[in-house]
Amino acid sequence: MPNAKSKSDVPEGIMTKCPECKHVIPTKELGKLLKVCPKCDFHFKMTAHERIDSLLDEGTFVSMDDHLATGNPLEFPAYTAKVKKDAETTGLNEAVLTGTGKIAGCEIAIAVMDSYFRMGSMGSVVGEKITRAVEKATELGVPMLIFSASGGARMQEGVLSLMQMAKTSVALNRHAEKGLLYVSVMTYPTTGGVSASFASVGDINLAEPKALIGFAGRRVIEQTVREKLPENFQTAEFLLDHGQLDAVVHRVDLQDMLSRILRLHTKGGAAL
Amino acid sequence: MKKTLSFEEPIIKLREKIQELKEFTETNEVDLSDEIRNLNSRLENLENEIYGNMETWERVQVARHPERPTTYDYIGALFEDFIELHGDRVFGDDAAIVGGIGLFDGEPLTIIGHQRGKDTKENVKRTFGMPHPEGYRKALRLMKQAEKFGRPVVCFIDTKGAYPGRAAEERGQSEAIARNLVEMAGLTVPVISIVIGEGGSGGALALGVANRIYMLEHSTYSVISPEGAASILWKDAAYAKEAAVAMKITAPDLLKMGIIDDIIPEVLGGAHRDAKQQAESMRKTLKAGLDELKSLGRNALVQDRYDKFRKIGVFTEQ
Repeated sequence: MPNAKSKSDVPEGIMTKCPECKHVIPTKELGKLLKVCPKCDFHFKMTAHERIDSLLDEGTFVSMDDHLATGNPLEFPAYTAKVKKDAETTGLNEAVLTGTGKIAGCEIAIAVMDSYFRMGSMGSVVGEKITRAVEKATELGVPMLIFSASGGARMQEGVLSLMQMAKTSVALNRHAEKGLLYVSVMTYPTTGGVSASFASVGDINLAEPKALIGFAGRRVIEQTVREKLPENFQTAEFLLDHGQLDAVVHRVDLQDMLSRILRLHTKGGAAL
Repeated sequence: MKKTLSFEEPIIKLREKIQELKEFTETNEVDLSDEIRNLNSRLENLENEIYGNMETWERVQVARHPERPTTYDYIGALFEDFIELHGDRVFGDDAAIVGGIGLFDGEPLTIIGHQRGKDTKENVKRTFGMPHPEGYRKALRLMKQAEKFGRPVVCFIDTKGAYPGRAAEERGQSEAIARNLVEMAGLTVPVISIVIGEGGSGGALALGVANRIYMLEHSTYSVISPEGAASILWKDAAYAKEAAVAMKITAPDLLKMGIIDDIIPEVLGGAHRDAKQQAESMRKTLKAGLDELKSLGRNALVQDRYDKFRKIGVFTEQ
């Protein structure tokens, strides 16, 4: 679950303070460093647009399904207003940005979740956008990339949000059946229903350093088992140690890593 | 003596009164048969009124009734020659999910379900029906085995959720659930899931990517428990009753949302009042579902499941 840190690490104003080492750095400078603290390597959260800009070949991204609008199926008070407000602050229609583009010349379909939008939680529109992006990848015969950043299911959409886990899974199954690549990249945070669906089943599972990744919340576990949990519990490094990830990749190396993976999945391994 | 739920009290009191009168007539030479007949008809009315109009929270209580029939009860009542199969071949055997092969109507099926305990000792062994990753991996192993031999799969869903614990996280709880979702999507045999008690979150869904989903009348299916929802939405688990209503978790709610295919009616007052009769009413629905799916070929079954989940979600295109 995203913790209290998430509010303080929104880089606002001219200077930004690293929540980890307290180093203060000009916000502009931080942006050039892909929002990684130059002193302690702390990875600040990225917006979906920042992520796309940092990875895809310039001018290749074409977004999809920006027209889908969230409903209020359980008629939760103030839900629609909250979604509207986050749409205004993020410039997104929902907590995921999807589309097609190229990385190092390789065509891909991509979904990038944005934790500034309702903590990246997955409701009907998030599930639908990701499913459509996977279907697009399958149709084009190109690899699918998903960047997860999510607190889990969207409570206000009840069991409909639970079912988005199944919806995205049926699409990923079909993608896999066609022999097509799916790379999952887990970023801070990837928890709950997102962790327990598409985020964990990449042909290759990557994560950013120290990203929080897990199924159940730390507090829930502590209450259930009454045992002290290790310091690095549910971090990317913890998952790597326990065989749940292929690699933990520093943000600066991510584009290179992804382009190598994509090249290695091109027929004949041809360099592009 | 069955555990009494608070909303049932008027019924229990009246039943006791009738019993008293019966005993009184036996020991004393008075004829009270008119009064007894009268009270019996009042009891019938009262039962119909109370049990026939259960509110959401009353259904939640019935779904959680300690004597509510479990997967083993339905296996015993519905399947012949059942052989239980154990283990995930990787780490261990999780007693919170049970499975095996049995005959239904003379045809072999693979049966898998969450398994709660009926007393504290058994609940400790079965971690209250909350599985670890090895439980989900056992389930997947049995599903793949069913696919190999062309057997339909029946899953019973009955869990508060996947177990929240350190060991579960270390062994990949997320991956185990996620893997089941993706792999169930591709199974080339018929899959039917029946929610028999509580269907809690991803831990329930991991046995739920089926061609047909049925719910017992008073079972629930939700993204989070009413208590959990209350503490997130209103910062207080005491609002569980309100949360249960708001989250729309009952069988009629899910039927209306188009998520489940049918509701299996329960014995008046809940399945625990007559497990045998309950199994019989389930038999009919299960048979009808299997017959429907029998005509579909391997690809059609996968397509059918795709179409079913593909359409779930509420949004508009603007």
